[in-house]
Amino acid sequence: MAAEKAEMDKLKKECDALRTQIEAARKAVNDGSMSASAGGVAGLGRIQLKLRKNLKGHLAKIYAMHWSADSRQMVSASQDGKLLIWDTFTGNKLVAVPLKSAWVMSVAFAPSGNLVASGGLDNICTVYNIKAASPKTLRELDAHTGYLSCCRFLSDTEILTASGDTTCCLWDLETGKQKTVFTNHIGDCMSLALSPDMNTFISGACDSLAKLWDLREGACKQTFSGHTSDINAIAFFQNGHAIITGSDDCSCKMYDLRSDQEVITYQDPSLNAGVTSVALSNSGRLIFAGYDDFNCHIWDSLKGEKIGVLSGHDNRVSCTGVPNDGMGVCTGSWDSFLKLWN
Amino acid sequence: MTSNSNLSSMRRTVEQLKLEASVERIKVSQAAAELQQYCLQNAGKDALLVGVPTGSNPFREPRSCAVV
Repeated sequence: MAAEKAEMDKLKKECDALRTQIEAARKAVNDGSMSASAGGVAGLGRIQLKLRKNLKGHLAKIYAMHWSADSRQMVSASQDGKLLIWDTFTGNKLVAVPLKSAWVMSVAFAPSGNLVASGGLDNICTVYNIKAASPKTLRELDAHTGYLSCCRFLSDTEILTASGDTTCCLWDLETGKQKTVFTNHIGDCMSLALSPDMNTFISGACDSLAKLWDLREGACKQTFSGHTSDINAIAFFQNGHAIITGSDDCSCKMYDLRSDQEVITYQDPSLNAGVTSVALSNSGRLIFAGYDDFNCHIWDSLKGEKIGVLSGHDNRVSCTGVPNDGMGVCTGSWDSFLKLWN
Repeated sequence: MTSNSNLSSMRRTVEQLKLEASVERIKVSQAAAELQQYCLQNAGKDALLVGVPTGSNPFREPRSCAVV
């Protein structure tokens, strides 16, 4: 008993010392702020995008959407128990996938365009082949002990999931089995994003931390703190060197991976709503953040200024996405509509 | 038994912190400069920044009539 308590105390001291060491190391490289060095960059003025399409079809709250790699098709998920695949150029619905469980929280399009995946309060990630004559369930990935909050395909044979059970998981779609389980968060994982080079991914959780993971090693490489509430959304900056997070604390933050710290916070005293989703324009200069206040606000990522707003939804904006070709931005809402803007 | 799992959990935390402490960090000024450079270099290709020409907007309803 005494020996164990002594070791516990020794380990606690070691933890504290390491945390202090990390903070000191971060401070040592903190020789200037992002917004200060962006002083020399020309401002963008007000960004005004027009509503180009209002996609009607879902009968209940939309919880998630994901663009296809072709920048034309898009999949959306609603608690009306359906996934809808849209041709965004025409506004037509191409495929409707009925779900076993209506409590869907996440949806993903495979890069090939052949598969989509969804999951939610059923704790299962279901993968569908949408190229078959009618959508066919390919796999039911059932091992998480908590809700499925996010899923992303690496290819037609591998998918990453994030769960309310605090873990993320890499699955092999050929066997339907877990390849790697990523454990380190102490709160529900809410969101994940793959790095452009597909070697790492980032996760945001209810423990208010964002973590960077090595996909093949299975290890957490870096942890980013600063938010004071759940991180609901996370995205990679295009060059893979920075990440953007959105949180219930009503702010978004950019963390630089190579200096291992927060470099800018996007917040406004007039904005008192949680951030549900984030997406970046192709140059990384614009951040589109969906909020509980029914709007998607646009931020200048370098200067930290709010420079625009996409208004029109009649309820919370739950999901936001920019296609690979960067030609527009899609917002999905609890009002059951998806809107396309550019 | 609980104390054993607390101990092993604590040991794991220490190992994790050691891993995170060993990361090589670059200066924030350098990181900021490179992010800026990326944004500015790619600004011209960012349709949401520069705008989409009316004729070639994939999401926009075509205005012209087609000869059937």
